[in-house]
Amino acid sequence: MENKPAVYRKLFFSTLKLSAFTFGGGFVIVPLMRRRFVEELGWLEEQEMLDITALSQSSPGPIAVNASILIGYRVAGLPGALMTVLGTVLPPLVIISVISWFYQAFRDNPLVNVAMTGMLAGVAAVLCDVVITMTAKLFKQKRILPFVILAGAFVASRVFGVNIMLIIAACGLIGACDLFIRRKREKEGQK
Amino acid sequence: MIYLELFWSFFQIGLFAIGGGYAAMPLIQAQVVDARGWLSLAQFADVMAISEMTPGPIALNAATFVGVQTAGIPGGIVATIGCIVPPCIIMTLLAYLYYRYRGLSVIQGILAGLRPAVIAMIASAALSLVILAFYGTRTLPADLTVINWRAVVLFAAALFVLRKWKVSPIWAIAGTGAAGLLLYALL
Repeated sequence: MENKPAVYRKLFFSTLKLSAFTFGGGFVIVPLMRRRFVEELGWLEEQEMLDITALSQSSPGPIAVNASILIGYRVAGLPGALMTVLGTVLPPLVIISVISWFYQAFRDNPLVNVAMTGMLAGVAAVLCDVVITMTAKLFKQKRILPFVILAGAFVASRVFGVNIMLIIAACGLIGACDLFIRRKREKEGQK
Repeated sequence: MIYLELFWSFFQIGLFAIGGGYAAMPLIQAQVVDARGWLSLAQFADVMAISEMTPGPIALNAATFVGVQTAGIPGGIVATIGCIVPPCIIMTLLAYLYYRYRGLSVIQGILAGLRPAVIAMIASAALSLVILAFYGTRTLPADLTVINWRAVVLFAAALFVLRKWKVSPIWAIAGTGAAGLLLYALL
């Protein structure tokens, strides 16, 4: 491979470019990262990239950040990971800082106000669409437990005002126990 | 100490947002709107709209926005760092376990339990925004007929287009913005 500074530079500018021009979040940017690092640069194997994708989606935090950490680390160790994280974080930091700076002035403009009010309905629709799509996928599992969790979590949060983080931790625990119990049953079934 | 508060709030968001951008939304709302009152629900909706139409992960966009609004550029940087510290640590740990034992079965179990909970949280956030869009308030008013019909039409049209043609959220949100202006100009 090339000398170290060149690798660092390429890691930084590759992720910077991807982060600055990719709209649509983690599920869009990861395939583009694959194209850059597997196909164009040949720094990662196809299987490695599949592992990285699985890991990034299973870990907390933004998927793009997670994937960039792993890619940087696999290619050039800790300094590599630092380069890719910086590259991923800088564009939104700069872009949103600028927008945020002008936000008040923009927001008080009556035309912007009308447009933003319209967009509120759009954002609500996007979230409803996400909920419908995700729920439809749950039906395919043909199990009752996920729907019990869904209803329980909704009521706990909406009606009883239980802390979201507590709900997430509890549901993660239920999922782990469920997997454990099913494994055990499978093993006993084989005997 | 505002920097510490920013760091800690976004640290928790980074720690518990599992499963991509939309999963982070309810957490951001819980921290930034409900717990700290840094943004109103309407401002939070603005951030979501801006976030969808600019590049970058929603959680990072929200971190920068809230940070800059409450404590200037240093605030934005601190909030962003808070947001990426937990994934950096956990990611490293997970990667180590994964390459050592070749498998994520426990984590996959946890994720299977989380997915419906995440759906419920997003649904709750969606409901809050629908009420805000239709009635302009956080909770349902006593008189349900004082509804903003323009918002209902925009919402229904956007949802229809999203379901039917699977358009990108960017276009759906930009479209409702433009259609909102048009409706306003015509009516």
